[in-house]
Amino acid sequence: MNFPILSSLILLPTIGALFIFFVRSSNSQYQSSKYVALFITLANFFLSLYLWIVFDKSIVDFQFVEEREWISGFVNYKVGVDGISILFILLTTFITPICVITVNATIKNRLKDFLIAILILETFMIGVFCSLDLVVFYLFFEAGLIPMFLIIGIWGGERRVYSAFKFFLYTLLGSVLMLVAIISIYWITGTTDVIKLYELGIDAKYQNLLWLAFFSSFAVKTPMWPVHTWLPDAHVEAPTAGSVLLAAILLKMAGYGFIRFSLGLFPDASLYFVPLVYTLSLIAIIYTSLVALMQEDMKKLIAYSSVAHMGFVTLGIFTMTQQGIEGSIFQMISHGLVSAALFLCVGVVYDRLHTRLINRYGGLVSIMPKYAIVFMVFTLGALGLPGTSGFIGEFLVLMGAFKKNILVATIASLGVILGAAYMLWLYKRIIFGKLINEDLKKMVDLKRFEIVTLWLLVLPIIFFGFYPEPLINSIEVSVANMIDMNDLNKINKLALGD
Amino acid sequence: MENLQLIIPELFISIMIMFLLIFGVFKKNSSQLVYNLTTVSLVAALALIINLDTQIQSSLFNNSYNIDSLARFMKILLILSGIFVMLSSSKYIQISKISKIEYPILILCSILGMMVMISSNDLIVFYMGLELQSLALYVLASFNRDNLLSTESGLKYFVLSALSSGLLLYGCSLIYGFSETTNFNQIMVNTKEIEYGLTFGIVFILVGLAFKISAVPFHMWAPDVYQGSPTSVTVFFALLPKIAALTIFIRFLYIPFYELGDQWQMIIIFLSIASMVFGAVAAIGQKNLKRLIAYSSISHMGYALAGLSTGTTQGVQSSITYITIYLVMNLAFFCCLFMLKRNDKYYENIDDLSGLSKNHPLLSLSLLVVLFSLAGIPPLAGFFAKFYIFVAVINEKMYFLAIVGLLATVIAAFYYLRIIKIIYFDPEKEKFESKHNLGLKFTLVVSTFFILAYFIYPSGIVDIISQININ
Repeated sequence: MNFPILSSLILLPTIGALFIFFVRSSNSQYQSSKYVALFITLANFFLSLYLWIVFDKSIVDFQFVEEREWISGFVNYKVGVDGISILFILLTTFITPICVITVNATIKNRLKDFLIAILILETFMIGVFCSLDLVVFYLFFEAGLIPMFLIIGIWGGERRVYSAFKFFLYTLLGSVLMLVAIISIYWITGTTDVIKLYELGIDAKYQNLLWLAFFSSFAVKTPMWPVHTWLPDAHVEAPTAGSVLLAAILLKMAGYGFIRFSLGLFPDASLYFVPLVYTLSLIAIIYTSLVALMQEDMKKLIAYSSVAHMGFVTLGIFTMTQQGIEGSIFQMISHGLVSAALFLCVGVVYDRLHTRLINRYGGLVSIMPKYAIVFMVFTLGALGLPGTSGFIGEFLVLMGAFKKNILVATIASLGVILGAAYMLWLYKRIIFGKLINEDLKKMVDLKRFEIVTLWLLVLPIIFFGFYPEPLINSIEVSVANMIDMNDLNKINKLALGD
Repeated sequence: MENLQLIIPELFISIMIMFLLIFGVFKKNSSQLVYNLTTVSLVAALALIINLDTQIQSSLFNNSYNIDSLARFMKILLILSGIFVMLSSSKYIQISKISKIEYPILILCSILGMMVMISSNDLIVFYMGLELQSLALYVLASFNRDNLLSTESGLKYFVLSALSSGLLLYGCSLIYGFSETTNFNQIMVNTKEIEYGLTFGIVFILVGLAFKISAVPFHMWAPDVYQGSPTSVTVFFALLPKIAALTIFIRFLYIPFYELGDQWQMIIIFLSIASMVFGAVAAIGQKNLKRLIAYSSISHMGYALAGLSTGTTQGVQSSITYITIYLVMNLAFFCCLFMLKRNDKYYENIDDLSGLSKNHPLLSLSLLVVLFSLAGIPPLAGFFAKFYIFVAVINEKMYFLAIVGLLATVIAAFYYLRIIKIIYFDPEKEKFESKHNLGLKFTLVVSTFFILAYFIYPSGIVDIISQININ
């Protein structure tokens, strides 16, 4: 047995959290607990980077698989990665240290507790992306609610209680049906092991109901229209680091779940429900883009733009083409980086002026030129300008969609235009124009740690915009395999059915 | 004589009751000493039970008293909870001035009654045990006799419980009339065909038992009694009678009435759904923590009944697992309640918890763990408890029950979250005392740790419980 690298990835943040918890708190040690958290999350990042390097991209199978008996005779603790999940793990471990750096400015009270919550959350997020057993997946998926609930509720804005409750109850309500489906799968097939389930396949007559149960959970988490209403509230009230984690990683759990479970386990049902997903995705893209145009609160605008971007993701996944799925994954990674960066940008000005209302700003370019530059890169990334990572994702998704359904693809393309409209308008209103508001004149440009965090995000966005090969390369085989498997299942069924 | 060897724990407790009674009367100011001696004798009784040969499966006294794996496990659970209740509430009874010699002796009496109930294999023995535990509980509920609420709760519990015992007894007599025997195994043999009288008997017995575990619609007494009784008695109410009542539920459903599953299954499903939903909805508006936990335990009993309603061994085992985890969670919750003390006064309203996390980070953390666990959020123990229940329920294709149960957990999550919100998000109030006695701290640490670390090795308890076979 080799070194259990995935379990270490999962456990390391928790160990860090325990360490911080047991170190006695005093004001002077707040700094030290921050360094501990930073050290732990960075160590985790390098560990996952190492994982990515040694990961063999040409193999279809899951790698670094670990299996241990857990609930005897029923569920095994099983983790492993393929080309898809490794990217999400990398995204998680990359975003978390950035969040830890930002706590300086944003979190004024109970810093220690905040760091513990973030570290615990990282454990659960990594767990979601590498679990290969449905029950283990569910465990991590649900457990993430606890730290996020506390992050929004304790460190959030004015309406934090309402938002935290809404977030928690919406997500919980979505997920309980998934639990019923998971247990049903166990009784139908005799296992909850994802790899075995891929081989066995699930009888087509059960698939539709099971698919809907999983869908109810993932749709809330994605979030898809019409169950997206928790997201703007949660984003607006959460502290900056919370919004970043929510947008960058928690939303991706659902997209990942769609690929890994909905497509992987229920190919027939996925095919059957394609029109439903297309419709909801298109409504999400067009409707939430229009809603985003009307927003007066920056965070709300970005939150609605997230819903629209996730609409592209679900659309891409259910085209069930190589390009569509690859595009969706790429879009998720890119959106993870871009939306994280945008929320950080909002956080920067919010810390200075303590308002997120767009009309309070204007003309920032003359006093905060450095800020204007990075904000521009992220705006362009969000609207998908060629040369940023956002473009590759949307382009691939649309390519996949054109292959399957021209009408859907055309409507979705309109969303790109709307996206440009609200993002550029936002940029114009905040950065350009005249300095009307007197308070703004006192604002200082980016501090050193802000420059570091924001440029850390600029680099991958531009790099992958010009050279997407490393990402595409690592998902290519896994996606191709997933599509093959679906076709193979269908052929098998046709052969058996007659 | 051989029979007597197997009931040494029961004999030991009865002797201790008599001894402590005499001892307490003749020695002045000995209430604390008697209390401690009671705890010690419970520990000794636990040792005696564990010491019994595990392989023994025998029926004593003309087949009316069962010593089997179910009885053994439940008795260990019962006495362990008894010990922890005694450890955690010692300070409370001193401060609320109910530290009298009768208090621990009544607790011992009631535990003895429950042990008899757990082992009973005969209608008469069962009824004897039931009455022994109930009579002791009536007195305990009204133990703080200067307090209006406590007296009221004692009286209320007495009247309603006596009524339900009457129904139960009537059911027993009907069963006896139609099966010509009081022995459980014999009833099963004699009742192959269904007669109306028999069905009535089953219904009456189920009503009586449902009252004892406070399942809806026989739950009316629970909130008042929980709130009115002294907290040390409430924790006793919340834990121990549930163990005994669930065991006797299992025995009734799976031995004498096993063949009549069609008759009782719908009743149990109804009780289960009603309890889950009602418990979750009614708890939302509560302001008193003890009252809230009463509704919460109603809803938890609904889940335990859902496991029983499957009619399979797996279902029974999942119920037993559920009750085990439920006990630990409630114990931890009440420990936290015992810690809300300022200037010799205990606080039990939800508002008193406001901003607790700023002054008492550790206490609030354990409350957080307990409440999320009660709500059934993974990876805490409460999730696994529900998980096993739903595994058993879905195996029997009872999807409706499973989905209603899971939706009820979402409703229930709301009021647990509300407490967490008050602890963590609201402005702080005055500090509570931070000095507590060792027994209380120990109980809280052990139970919280159990809840938190359960997921690391979930097989442990399941393996033990899977040894239990009913028939």
